[in-house]
Amino acid sequence: MPTKRVLVSDEAKEVIDQLREQHGPLMFHQSGGCCDGSSPMCYPDGDFKLGRSDVKIGEIHGVPFYIERQQFEYWKHTQLTVDVKPGRGSSFSLEIPMGVRFIVDSRIYTEEEEADLDPVERVDA
Amino acid sequence: MVYDRPQLEERYLNYIGGEFVEPVNGQYFDNPSPIDGKDFTQIPRSTQEDVDNAVAAAQKAFDETWRHTSVTDRANMLNRIADITEANLEHLALVDTIDNGKPIRETLAADLPLVVDHFRYFAGVIRAQEGGISELDEDTVSINLHEPLGVVGQIIPWNFPLLMAAWKLAPALAAGNCVVIKPAEQTPVSIMEWLELVQDEIPAGVVNVVHGFGPEAGKPLAQHEGIKKIAFTGETTTGRLIMQYASENLIPMTLELGGKSPNVFFESVMDADDDFFDKCLEGAAMFALNQGEVCTCPSRILVQESIADAFLERLTARVNAIKVGNPLDDSTMVGAQASNDQYEKIQKYLKIGKEEGAEVLAGGDVARNAEPQMSVAEGGGTATATGTATGVGGDGAASGDGAGSIPEGGYYIQPTVFKGDNDMRVFQEEIFGPVVSVTTFKDEEEAIRISNETLYGLGAGVWTRDAHQLYRVPRAIEAGRVWVNCYHLYPAHAAFGGYKKSGIGRENHKMMLSHYQQTKNMLVSYSKKALGFF
Repeated sequence: MPTKRVLVSDEAKEVIDQLREQHGPLMFHQSGGCCDGSSPMCYPDGDFKLGRSDVKIGEIHGVPFYIERQQFEYWKHTQLTVDVKPGRGSSFSLEIPMGVRFIVDSRIYTEEEEADLDPVERVDA
Repeated sequence: MVYDRPQLEERYLNYIGGEFVEPVNGQYFDNPSPIDGKDFTQIPRSTQEDVDNAVAAAQKAFDETWRHTSVTDRANMLNRIADITEANLEHLALVDTIDNGKPIRETLAADLPLVVDHFRYFAGVIRAQEGGISELDEDTVSINLHEPLGVVGQIIPWNFPLLMAAWKLAPALAAGNCVVIKPAEQTPVSIMEWLELVQDEIPAGVVNVVHGFGPEAGKPLAQHEGIKKIAFTGETTTGRLIMQYASENLIPMTLELGGKSPNVFFESVMDADDDFFDKCLEGAAMFALNQGEVCTCPSRILVQESIADAFLERLTARVNAIKVGNPLDDSTMVGAQASNDQYEKIQKYLKIGKEEGAEVLAGGDVARNAEPQMSVAEGGGTATATGTATGVGGDGAASGDGAGSIPEGGYYIQPTVFKGDNDMRVFQEEIFGPVVSVTTFKDEEEAIRISNETLYGLGAGVWTRDAHQLYRVPRAIEAGRVWVNCYHLYPAHAAFGGYKKSGIGRENHKMMLSHYQQTKNMLVSYSKKALGFF
C-alpha cells in the first residue's frame, strides 16, 4: 500500500470535527513565508481559490490538503503530520478563535517508502 | 538592569470614530505575554459589525473633514504624533517588549526610534511632494495631481507591533486617507497605549482600530466593500486570500510576505582581523535579531569555501556569546518567541534540520536555565553548548543571581547554527526563529546561484572588500533589498519590499505614497475653437 504524504494526529482530528460542525466541508492549504508561514491554513472548502499552481497531496480526516507546487518541490521528501498546539497564530485559519493552531510535523521518508508514495494530484482550476 | 513592568489596563477596547468602544458582541479574549506565558489583559473579539462601524466612521471622517485638510495640517499632525511618541519612548518600548517578548534593548534602540522617525519622514516628504504640469500644445495643459484613495484597510503583523503599524499608518495618513487597522491578535496592546497618548492629535474617525481574530475580524475587513485598498504583511497563503478578496472589490493591495534571505560572505572579509571583520561577524549573527522573527531574517549564511572553517569558528564563538533571557533585562540579546505555536513550530524545524543531516554548530534546542547540580560526567559537549548558548558563559556576569536568567513559562530558543545544503528544508522555509543555516560556495557565480535558489526575494546581504563584487553581486541577487556591508538597517528613506513570492509593492520611502494615492489628471483646453467632428 502506498505511503501517505500527509497524516493527522488524533488531537487535530478532534479540532477538524469541531470546525466541520461549525463551518461545513473544509480544506487545508499549506502556507509559506513570513510570520505564520509554514503553518497549514484551514478554510471552509472553496473559500480559498485554488489555482493550477497548487497540488493536492492527500486527505486528512476527510479534508483535502493542498500546497503550492513549487513549494512542494522542497517538501516532497518529507511526510507531514498535521498536529495542533495551544497558541494564537495570526492568519485567517478557522481554528484560531479556539485558542489552538494547526502545525506541521515532518519526517524524512525511508527509501522503501519513497519508492511507493501516494500520487500527487494536479489541481485543474 | 531589569525594567519594571508598567501598569497596563485589564482590558482594552476598540477605537472607532475617536472613541474607545466595546465590541458589539461584548466578547473578549485573553492576551498572554510570551515572557512567562501568563495572561495579562483582555482584547476585544470583534466581528463583522465592528468592522462595519469602523469603516463607516472612517468614511464619514474622510468625506467631512480629512480629505479637505491641507498637506501642512497633515504633516503637522504627524510631527506632533512623532514628538509625543518620542516623549513616551520608554513606556511604549516596554509595552512592546511585554506583549511580543522582544528584548528591551531592541525596542528602546530600534523599534521605537524608527516609529518616531517614520512619522517625521512622511511629514517631510508629503510637504515636498509635487504633482506635474505639462503644456501638450499651446492651448492644452495637462495637470497631474495626487488625491487620497479614501478608507484603507491595514492588517499588521506581530513581529514589530508598533513599528509595522507606523510603516503602514504614516504614509496612509500623510497621503490623506482614513484608516481601519486590525493589529495582530498576538500583539494588540502597544497600539492602544500609543492611541491613549496621541488621540487628541488625530481627528475622530481618521484612525480606527478593530481587534480580533483573522477569520472573524481580518477577513471582514479585507472583504469590505467600503475600503479602497488593503495592505497586509504575513505569509503566502493569506497573501493569496487577500488578493482574492481585493479582486472581489477591484481594489489594489500591497503584500509583504517574507523570505529566506541569503547573507553572503566573500573571502576578502577575512583579509584582516579588523573593525570591518568584527562588523561582518555581527552581520552574520544578525539572524538572531528579534529572535529571528523578521521577514528579512538573514537565515541563510553563504560563506566562501576558502575561509569557511576559520569564519565559522569565529561565528560560532560569537553566537555562543549571545545572551538569551528575560526580555526586560537590558543585557538580554535574545528574548522570547512571540507565541507558543511559534515556539512549537521552531522546535519542529530544529528536529527536521537534524533529521535531514544538517550539522549543529551552535544551539539546537530550546533555551532553559542550566541545571544547577549538573554532574561533571553529564556535562559533556552538549551541556557546555547549552550553557554558553544561554549566555551563562562569557565573562560570567549573567550567572550571578542563581535563580537563572530565563523566566519560567516563556518561549525561549537557543540561537542555532546549522551547516548543510541549500535544498534542505531549513534552508528553504522561513523558520521565524533564531536559526541560521550555513552553506559554502566556490566562487561568485555559485554564490549568486545559491542566493537565488529560493521561492522568495525580500532581503539579502553581501559582504566583501572587493569594490567590483559589492556592486555586481547585489545587482544579480533577485531581492528587493540588498544590504551591502551591513544588515538589518531600516531607514524610512530606503524602499523596502519583495521580489518573487515575497510580495507586491513597497513600504518606506517617498514612493510608498503612490500606494496610497490616486492620480487625478486634469486636461485643460484654452482653445475657443470646436474640434470639428460634429
